[in-house]
Amino acid sequence: MALTRDLIIQGAQVLLVLALAPLLTGWVRKVKARLLRRRGPPLLQPYRELLRLIRKEAVLAENASWLFRVAPYMIFSAIWVAAALVPTFSIQLIFGRAADLIVIVALLGSARFFLALAGLDVGTSFGGIGSSREMMLAALAEPAMLMIVFTLSLMAGSTQLSSIAEYMIGPTVGIRISLALSAVALIMVALAENARIPVDNPATHLELTMVHEAMVLEYSGRHLAMIEAASSLKLLLYVSLLAAIFTPWGMASTGQSLAAYLLGAAVYAAKLAAGGFALAVFETSIAKMRVFRVSQFLGAALMLGLLATLLLFVSRNL
Amino acid sequence: MGLAALLGTVAALLALGILVLPLAHRRPASPLVYGTTLMLCGIALVIATRHLLTRGASAEDLVLPLGIPWLGAHFRLDALAAFFLLVVNLGGVSASLFSLGYGRHESAPGRVLPFYAAFLAGMNLVVLAADAFTFLLAWEFMSLSSWALVMAHHKEPGTAHAGFVYLAMASFGTLCLLLAFGLLAGPQGAYAFDQMRAHPPGPVIAGLALLLAVLGAGSKAGLVPLHPWLPLAHPAAPSQVSALMSGVMTKVALYGFVRIVFDLLGPPEWWWSVPVLVLGGLSAVLGVLNALMQNDLKRLLAYSTVENVGIIAIGLGLSLAFRATGIGWAASLALTAALFHVLNHSLFKSLLFFGSGAVMMATDERDMDRLGGLIHPMPLTAFAFLVGAAAISALPPLNGFASEWLTFQSILVSPQLPQWGLRFLVPAVGAILALSAALAAACFVKAFGITFLGRPRSARAQGASEVDAFALAAMFGLAALCLAAGLMPGVVVDALAPVTQALTGAHVPVQRGLAWLSLVPIAESRSAYNGLVLFTFIALSTLATVVAIHRLASHAVRRGPAWDCGFPDASPATQYSAGSFGQPIRRTFGTIIFAAREHITMPLPGDPAPARLELQLRDFIWNWLYQPLGGLVGRVADLLNHLQFLTIRKYLSLVFGVLIVLLLLLAVWR
Repeated sequence: MALTRDLIIQGAQVLLVLALAPLLTGWVRKVKARLLRRRGPPLLQPYRELLRLIRKEAVLAENASWLFRVAPYMIFSAIWVAAALVPTFSIQLIFGRAADLIVIVALLGSARFFLALAGLDVGTSFGGIGSSREMMLAALAEPAMLMIVFTLSLMAGSTQLSSIAEYMIGPTVGIRISLALSAVALIMVALAENARIPVDNPATHLELTMVHEAMVLEYSGRHLAMIEAASSLKLLLYVSLLAAIFTPWGMASTGQSLAAYLLGAAVYAAKLAAGGFALAVFETSIAKMRVFRVSQFLGAALMLGLLATLLLFVSRNL
Repeated sequence: MGLAALLGTVAALLALGILVLPLAHRRPASPLVYGTTLMLCGIALVIATRHLLTRGASAEDLVLPLGIPWLGAHFRLDALAAFFLLVVNLGGVSASLFSLGYGRHESAPGRVLPFYAAFLAGMNLVVLAADAFTFLLAWEFMSLSSWALVMAHHKEPGTAHAGFVYLAMASFGTLCLLLAFGLLAGPQGAYAFDQMRAHPPGPVIAGLALLLAVLGAGSKAGLVPLHPWLPLAHPAAPSQVSALMSGVMTKVALYGFVRIVFDLLGPPEWWWSVPVLVLGGLSAVLGVLNALMQNDLKRLLAYSTVENVGIIAIGLGLSLAFRATGIGWAASLALTAALFHVLNHSLFKSLLFFGSGAVMMATDERDMDRLGGLIHPMPLTAFAFLVGAAAISALPPLNGFASEWLTFQSILVSPQLPQWGLRFLVPAVGAILALSAALAAACFVKAFGITFLGRPRSARAQGASEVDAFALAAMFGLAALCLAAGLMPGVVVDALAPVTQALTGAHVPVQRGLAWLSLVPIAESRSAYNGLVLFTFIALSTLATVVAIHRLASHAVRRGPAWDCGFPDASPATQYSAGSFGQPIRRTFGTIIFAAREHITMPLPGDPAPARLELQLRDFIWNWLYQPLGGLVGRVADLLNHLQFLTIRKYLSLVFGVLIVLLLLLAVWR
């Protein structure tokens, strides 16, 4: 009985993240457009785009290999699974016991690994530029992320995301320096990982500074749809992660009534809206960096994460 | 019983090496030798595995009347030896299987076959030895036979240099180990490991022996700054030997370290972990950064071995720190992580070297800038190499991730260490571990992407074809083991329990009864990982995606020219190459670590001369440590050269003087 209930919650979570991800992307675009005094596309536009891409034929380069066709499935499912493991409306997720926060970071790393390989597959210069830069950014963003994971795990005494969220709800947490440092670092990493503005521009093509868009340049049709959906899911994942760690209130825990779960979902939707709004405001108020300044930006995130961890090694109360 | 059988297989390997000498140039010699080594290593593998799984807690001893008369040759099969024998012989089996196909392409089988069997015998003997004399003899035997294998193609440019550097480093390592054993044996000359174990040395002697063991075993394993021979020697050898040297021999060196430090030195001091952690961290980050700068596929793999040895050393160092502090369960966790990574690295590094061997078989090239597009003619090799690359990049649910996850878990319990020095060192080491894991992923995107993807960069890469069934079987077997160890890490952790029990007095909780083959190293509320469930979850969601796409999406596929933003260039030279892929990382990290400088010479407008890009990288360790050292040795040799041309009277007075000095020393000492 309990197992069935846990499985239903996990299933609901799997479907919820998939359903909400394009909406979040549309919301960010809408707010950005409004801030620029444009009307902007309707909120549901990303869904329409995905449907349109799915219905179109896929054009493959002549020398694209099997890896090029398999990679979108790998990328999409890795990110989907990772997004399904981050608590949204319910703290306890049954598969969360099989995969802690380190696994979620590694799953995102797997998706990046295959995306970078897909960028190299056709053998064009744009694909190579995207892949090599993506791996350079990842070489700083991933350790920064892991240092944040270390900080949170040291505080909560667990690498399980549900335990961390429970700890953050609990009364013992208080205001801590290391928590503040890791929050700043996590936001910096999230911006870089989602190819958002100070690091990369999600709305650009034909620019020598592009990273993510350069890798997916050769994709079209259903393959591109999966990659676009994966990008939306990744954005949702990071917003959910920030919400689950730093604003964990309102999530339902085991044994509560259906109403608690519904309330949790409503609160989660509000958190997503707030996160998307903040992202749009941030993006419109800042300019993009040169690509080699990004390494300093991410290096700062890594140092903040390391500092936060070090403080916890020095004293449990910092 | 098991020990005697193991020694029998070692003797058979040695006999094979000798018997094949007169036949080695004949055509059927190659399948005969590799077939026999495959069988013998298989037998040894079965015995070692059985001992580890069923009688892990017990040990077998045997003394043979060989070697020094009053000492004899001691052999011992305990849990630690059984685990490393498993690693050695698994490598031996897969390398022999691979060579059944690959060996046919060998141009000088007479220089490879006898030493190949001897090399395998030497590695087995090191692990079985239970006295200092036998250990050092076997160690030297292993070094020299592998040196002979490195020199197999001695006429190729660079091989002679590689062989020289390797020989020098191997001699240095053995010298250090000799001194370490001398210190442990003490003035009464107790050379058997049993005697050393029974009388552990005092703290000063033990500390000295630890440093000597780090230098001796570290030079063989490739710890920075003792690593320069690896990227020279490993690529020079034939590929199955590279796989054994990188995947297995470095592990035998680590076995030597574990045997001396964890077993013979007695209770550790906390500062012992510091040199191990520092050198491990340096190796991890410098190894992977160097690997990223390489164009040669096998050199890249050799540098990546330096990185992985560093990761293992970090685990060992943490274990030492915990053990010195008396936190047995954490010591066993860190040791389990390190030994698990030993097994994993031997699996995927052998696989990757086989892949590079397959590429060389098909194209006769290992310069990545002359390869590319090999996924089309060699889809199976490409798939196996991809699995190895994903495993070494620590992608879940493969095995590399499981051992790295365990290492991270042991770092996360280290705030319990009371020493302030370690409290600052361990988080820094953790950051370095995270950094090197991310860089390793970049490195293997490069290795796979430039070699197998894109368009062929040379005619040889264009005309490649898939390799034979033996080579493919070896690669796919290892790939399957990588997946299996990743999905069922609990099985490996349980198998390691007797080893950690013997060395740290504790073991990680038994994983066997846990639901769904979960891995719970400490407690479930703290951390758990389940590769099987994760794999199933990923497989299900991929399946759902495939079904949905199949139902909903258009099936139409059209092949067309590459888009490339509307400016496709027909020349494959416009692709990203190995050098250009590494450029962003070189620019981010290399300006300090390699003092990387780029000089661009642009011709004036209208001038048809080509533009030039010159890249300058410096190897500080080579320039500041080895070159001055080499120069010093040369100058001392020049000075001592005068001694060769003395008259007999001067020689006699020299001998007399030395005698007086020694007697005086003795008199003062007493």
